[in-house]
Amino acid sequence: MSDLKRVNKILKENFGSRVQAELTDDVLTLHGELDEWSEVVEAGLLCANRKKYTVVNDIVCKTAQKSKMILPEVHDSSLEGREFDVVIVGAGIIGCSAARELMRYNLKVAVLDKCHDVAMQASSRNDGMIHPGIDLKPGSMKQKFNHLGNAMYPEVCRELGVDFRYTGQIICFDKKYWKFLLPLFTPYWNRILKVPCKYLNRREVMKREPELNGAITCGLLYPTAGVVCPYGLSIAYAENAADNGAEFFFDTAVIGMETENGSIKSLNTNRGRIKTRAVINAAGVFSDDIAEMAGDRFFTIHPRRGSNTILDKKASRQVNAIASIFGTADTKKGHTKGGGIVHTVDDNLLIGPNAVETPDCEDYSTHREEIEAVFKKQSGVLPELNLKDGIRYFTGVRAPNYEEDFIIRKGKWVKNIVHAAGIQSPGLTAAPAIAVELAKLCLEVLGGAEENKSFNPVRKPIPRAAMLSDEEREKLIEENPDYGVIVCRCEEISRGEIIEALHRSIPCDTVDGVKRRVRAGMGRCQGGFCGPQVTQIISEEMGIALNQVRKSGIGSELLAGPTKEE
Amino acid sequence: MKDFYDCAVIGGGPSGMAAALAAVEKGADTIIIEREGALGGILKQCVHDGFGLISMGRKMAGPEYAQNYIDRVENSSVEIALKSFVSKVEKSDSGFILKIISEKGIRKIRCKALVLASGCRERTAVQVQIHGDRPAGIYTAGAAQHYVNILGQLPGKRCVILGSGDIGLIMARRLTLEGAEVLGVYEAKSEPGGLRRNINSCLVDFDIPLHLSHTVTKTFGRDRLEAVETAEVDESFRPIAGTEKIIPCDCLILSVGLIPENELAESLGVNIDRRSSGPFCDQSSCTDVEGVFSCGNSQHVNDLVDYVSMSGSLAGKNAAEYALGHRKPRQTVDISIGDGIAYCVPQRLDINSPLNDIRLFFRTAGTMKNTRISISLDGREVYTVNCKMLRPPEMVSVKLNLSDEEIRPDSRIILELKEASGLE
Repeated sequence: MSDLKRVNKILKENFGSRVQAELTDDVLTLHGELDEWSEVVEAGLLCANRKKYTVVNDIVCKTAQKSKMILPEVHDSSLEGREFDVVIVGAGIIGCSAARELMRYNLKVAVLDKCHDVAMQASSRNDGMIHPGIDLKPGSMKQKFNHLGNAMYPEVCRELGVDFRYTGQIICFDKKYWKFLLPLFTPYWNRILKVPCKYLNRREVMKREPELNGAITCGLLYPTAGVVCPYGLSIAYAENAADNGAEFFFDTAVIGMETENGSIKSLNTNRGRIKTRAVINAAGVFSDDIAEMAGDRFFTIHPRRGSNTILDKKASRQVNAIASIFGTADTKKGHTKGGGIVHTVDDNLLIGPNAVETPDCEDYSTHREEIEAVFKKQSGVLPELNLKDGIRYFTGVRAPNYEEDFIIRKGKWVKNIVHAAGIQSPGLTAAPAIAVELAKLCLEVLGGAEENKSFNPVRKPIPRAAMLSDEEREKLIEENPDYGVIVCRCEEISRGEIIEALHRSIPCDTVDGVKRRVRAGMGRCQGGFCGPQVTQIISEEMGIALNQVRKSGIGSELLAGPTKEE
Repeated sequence: MKDFYDCAVIGGGPSGMAAALAAVEKGADTIIIEREGALGGILKQCVHDGFGLISMGRKMAGPEYAQNYIDRVENSSVEIALKSFVSKVEKSDSGFILKIISEKGIRKIRCKALVLASGCRERTAVQVQIHGDRPAGIYTAGAAQHYVNILGQLPGKRCVILGSGDIGLIMARRLTLEGAEVLGVYEAKSEPGGLRRNINSCLVDFDIPLHLSHTVTKTFGRDRLEAVETAEVDESFRPIAGTEKIIPCDCLILSVGLIPENELAESLGVNIDRRSSGPFCDQSSCTDVEGVFSCGNSQHVNDLVDYVSMSGSLAGKNAAEYALGHRKPRQTVDISIGDGIAYCVPQRLDINSPLNDIRLFFRTAGTMKNTRISISLDGREVYTVNCKMLRPPEMVSVKLNLSDEEIRPDSRIILELKEASGLE
């Protein structure tokens, strides 16, 4: 039976005659109408066949519609007529890292993002885990780039001045028979996937993680699992790219493209028309929209949200590395590792995430019942887990395609676009390797470029005063007394660090921007004490009125104006 | 620069200042370490009236009450270290070593006794299970108070307040006076959380509705807050389905409780009482770690500043005596509490310290009418008093003289609430 016939048979069995497929040029397009969003997604997943074609899902949902990009409320012509060799759409971890790799060549590079800062969507809304690559299909793009990316982390983070640790990941098992089976499985990872893996008996698990559930019988340790601050790394990549000459434009959305003879000539944005020789599509959950603007839509993104809870540092001693339990519902579905408990690089614990299909690409709200369900599940690993230790929840929206594999390639029909799409977990791990590949593909599109001899791969980070030795800290305060004025008491962040964050090569002028760069407000009081002080520092440093200081993007002003005059 | 003191007081708010003054009065060489640029603690932003009624016999604004102490501290021999942050405390053979960060660099000092007077912080939206979006416009009451009273800025124009604790009530009035509209105060409990006088002068006088047994469950708005969802709650404070209401507003202010700050205490191994969220203390305010004393809102959350100052004096005096070697080794007996009592401070009695002037503070778990407070020693009642009404927001204070009683290390002391005997 042909692929198309087989697919249409499956669709008929599941959805009657409401949905049909057609296959052209190795793209399977689904048409029709279904009631529920979950059915639309199910139809796409049922038809997916990674090796044979890609799925474009055009099924209309009667009750929900995939949300359109929320556009920044800025309209000017500041970019009108600008010309670049490469325009990167999206300043997430992929866009920022690709920009940095491109700066190794003499190229004019621009990075556009519709948000007000770097890494505002999936790149900051994840657990910061560097995956060893346990459950990735051999031969998949995910497996290939995860493997390469993981190995690049120590060097990249050293160059960029970002904290990174290989903490190891333990997957726990609670059935006795695993004690006999697991030792037989370890060669699969060690020899076939080349992922170091060690069997741990119960005593060894408990020695490493004494607080875990006593019912655990044994575990597997993957020492090449690690943790990094995902937005910290994105900001570092962006700053290094900018230091080397890349230009970043925020609050800037691509709203259309002009193509000629199968090539993109220019991009229309809310700030004017930009000419470019090549485009990198790193638009995350909107990468299919960007592909469509280019006339190169051969995949569909179906947003999948997940929520995490951040626990107080006091609770962090409960887990030393990354721990999860085998056999949770999500593991069976295969879309996420079922969540787990991550001891972050900043010494908090993260609990989650879950996975929920949603038509809303930018809905970052959290839901009580979901958070409670995640806690219930994870308390199987860690009985002491307590919602009361939570200091923050957050939600991210993953950007999977129906093949559930990365798309890293030149355009299918359009000559000068390079896609980095379908980047979900383990996208953060893979990013350093994906960036190198994107730069290579871009160079092929451009027909080569000269090496940039003045490229400096090293970024000087913002000093973290509290982490320095006494001698170093003393010296820093002597040079600049602001480093001795503690503003954020929970995280021990000084005024000097906050002021430095406001004057880097990637602009920062918001309270959240400061928080993401130096952690002021990240602690247990969540900015209750330092929020007003940070607001005041921003107002002074930026020369703006207090009521113009924003939490984050346009429209998020923190204050409503002066109180009544006496 | 000097690097050794008898007493180091961490925190320059009302309890810290009182502690330092009491310590120098006893002849102890004392330093007060404050992270902000001025003494006074949270009182600096409490411009409302009502402080000092018990201890000074008149009502004052917060800054005025504080100034009274600031003047006395400045005129005493207490050394004041401002803009100084205690980054670390360690035990040493002769006492404690403090690492202090300031504009001048890192300073290490040693002290024999330590008074922890670091106050408290506010519970946040996450700690009361508010979900939804997280836009600008959601503040704790203390942060909102800082914006209004220190920076002269309104946090919003149309405000919803969650929590009827005193700060929430006071902010409701303050925001109204400063030109914002307060749409309502929501309280998950079936009774208001603040003092009665504040309910009247802050809400009733300004026609601000108080919604009891209601909470805020969700926030909406991508950039700035646009609305909140409220709901009625059941006895276990869970929202009741079907009672949700959407209230358009641009500001949510949270006055949902205070948490004593004891991170430094915990780093020293001080045991924390989960009921009071502060250290276990004896009647001298000494924690379970010899030489570490606790007072003010870091010991437990007080309702009136007068009690905060009072506890500071007690801790300072005893810290000085400890530092000067005037205290005998301790031998403590626990004070057990009966049903209906949320917590009691102190939690222990040191039978080797004076027992003639014990001040016991406790809060009830719920409102109690016609109750008899009873304290028994080894089954024999040693103190009793009848009370018409006990409410959780109002701390109960009991003066106790047990100097004539025989208390052994294995004695049982129980604080209980019983039905009133009828006679008053």
